[in-house]
Amino acid sequence: MAAVVSKSTDGGWAGFSHAVSNPQAVGALKLTIVASFVVVAINAVTGTLVAWVLVRDEFPGKGIVNSLIDLPFALPTIVAGLTLLALYGPRGPVGADLAFTRASVVLALLFVTLPFVVRTVQPVLLELDRDMEQAAESLGATRFTVFRRIILPSLRPAIFAGSALGFARAVGEFGSLVLLTGNIPFKTQAASVFIFSQVESDNAAGAAAVSVVLLAISLVVLLVIGWLSTRSG
Amino acid sequence: MAKYALRVTALSYLGLLIALPVGYVFYKAFEHGFATAREAVTTPVAQHAFWLTVEMVAIAVPLNTIFGVVCALVLVRQSFRGKALLNAAIDLPFAVSPVVIGLALILVYGRKGWFGDWLLDHGIQVIFSVPGMVLATIFVSLPFVVREVMPVLREIGTEQEQAAQTLGASSLQTFFRVTLPAIRWGVAYGVVLTTARALGEFGAVSIVSGKLAGQTETLTLHVENRFQAFDLTGAYAAAVVLGLMAIATLLAINLLKPKEGVR
Repeated sequence: MAAVVSKSTDGGWAGFSHAVSNPQAVGALKLTIVASFVVVAINAVTGTLVAWVLVRDEFPGKGIVNSLIDLPFALPTIVAGLTLLALYGPRGPVGADLAFTRASVVLALLFVTLPFVVRTVQPVLLELDRDMEQAAESLGATRFTVFRRIILPSLRPAIFAGSALGFARAVGEFGSLVLLTGNIPFKTQAASVFIFSQVESDNAAGAAAVSVVLLAISLVVLLVIGWLSTRSG
Repeated sequence: MAKYALRVTALSYLGLLIALPVGYVFYKAFEHGFATAREAVTTPVAQHAFWLTVEMVAIAVPLNTIFGVVCALVLVRQSFRGKALLNAAIDLPFAVSPVVIGLALILVYGRKGWFGDWLLDHGIQVIFSVPGMVLATIFVSLPFVVREVMPVLREIGTEQEQAAQTLGASSLQTFFRVTLPAIRWGVAYGVVLTTARALGEFGAVSIVSGKLAGQTETLTLHVENRFQAFDLTGAYAAAVVLGLMAIATLLAINLLKPKEGVR
């Protein structure tokens, strides 16, 4: 890691800022950060929803659905990208060709980050005391009010922690993007893929500079996780 | 009513995002019959890729298991300066992009790298050959055993170990007779996760491998290679092999989880 930081300043501070302000690098970093925020926002909602259904609902096959959640962790990312491309790409059976679009970047990141929020919210939901919910309901609160005023505040730290983990993962994701997004500069080229292409074309200093920006983002996110988890007890 | 709406929404989301795409690749792999798929994964290059992947796992998993258990013991049972730093550094491979990990290895061990010239002078090529890929695999799968064993170690406490030592057991005896049996499910769970990650690593391995088919191509790289060569059946078939390994991992996780109690 020290080597990456030292290489990024090979050309001095000027070399670093030049490499980072290269329009293609800026485009890639911007895409990665925006896409990661979009994915985190979607995950916060869908992850909580899935965790809710897994804890509070009963239906046949729930055990299988529950293990399915871990599949994105177990499945190699290149295979994840390939499966999405097969179904949602050109010649896919659904006729929605998302390949090589920005939507495909979001789709791939949603796939690989799915488990984080579900797996942090689920245990909290399991241990939640239902007395308060029942008390609120008997006092005439609607179910939506109960959720918003009683359940959501207890889940919030877990949702934040899961989102932060998902964000860190999304920022660095590579394997699932390679096949699906087509790697088009200024359009679908994410930061990790940009770094990869710079290494392939023997521009290690440029790759290292963008890597340092990614490392800094990861570091900030890790600090935020630590801060959130100490604050929530 | 609301209950069913939530259930249907959650299940359709999972279906569209996970189950359908994965199921569809299994279908596509066997579309032209079982024999075609079998042929695609038994070509010499595919077989080499499979065995190279197995080799990576066979080196990385035992090393990371031993390191993981020792590291967890040190982090839980001892206090020393810089402990918080070590604790944070363990998580680095989770927080850093695999591509950046690959780049770091190149900058240290590659030609023009810190140790690259010295290594090449002694006839050791790390980057663009198997040793670099092994290093990358070890790096990305490092945290799992540590992170699974640490909470178990905290939970079992030190009473039994102290009892064993008062009764005259040596440190080694205490470890193998008392500590290890107590943490074995944590270790097993960590090993399963390490194996899954080592099997499936793509980014870090890809960047240090040089991607020579039949030489430095693992199974995940083989999937990409077949796809780029428009050999879709080959790509899907190799993906199915990796997918089956992933499902085996999930089964192993489910078998191990309940024995640790509610997590």
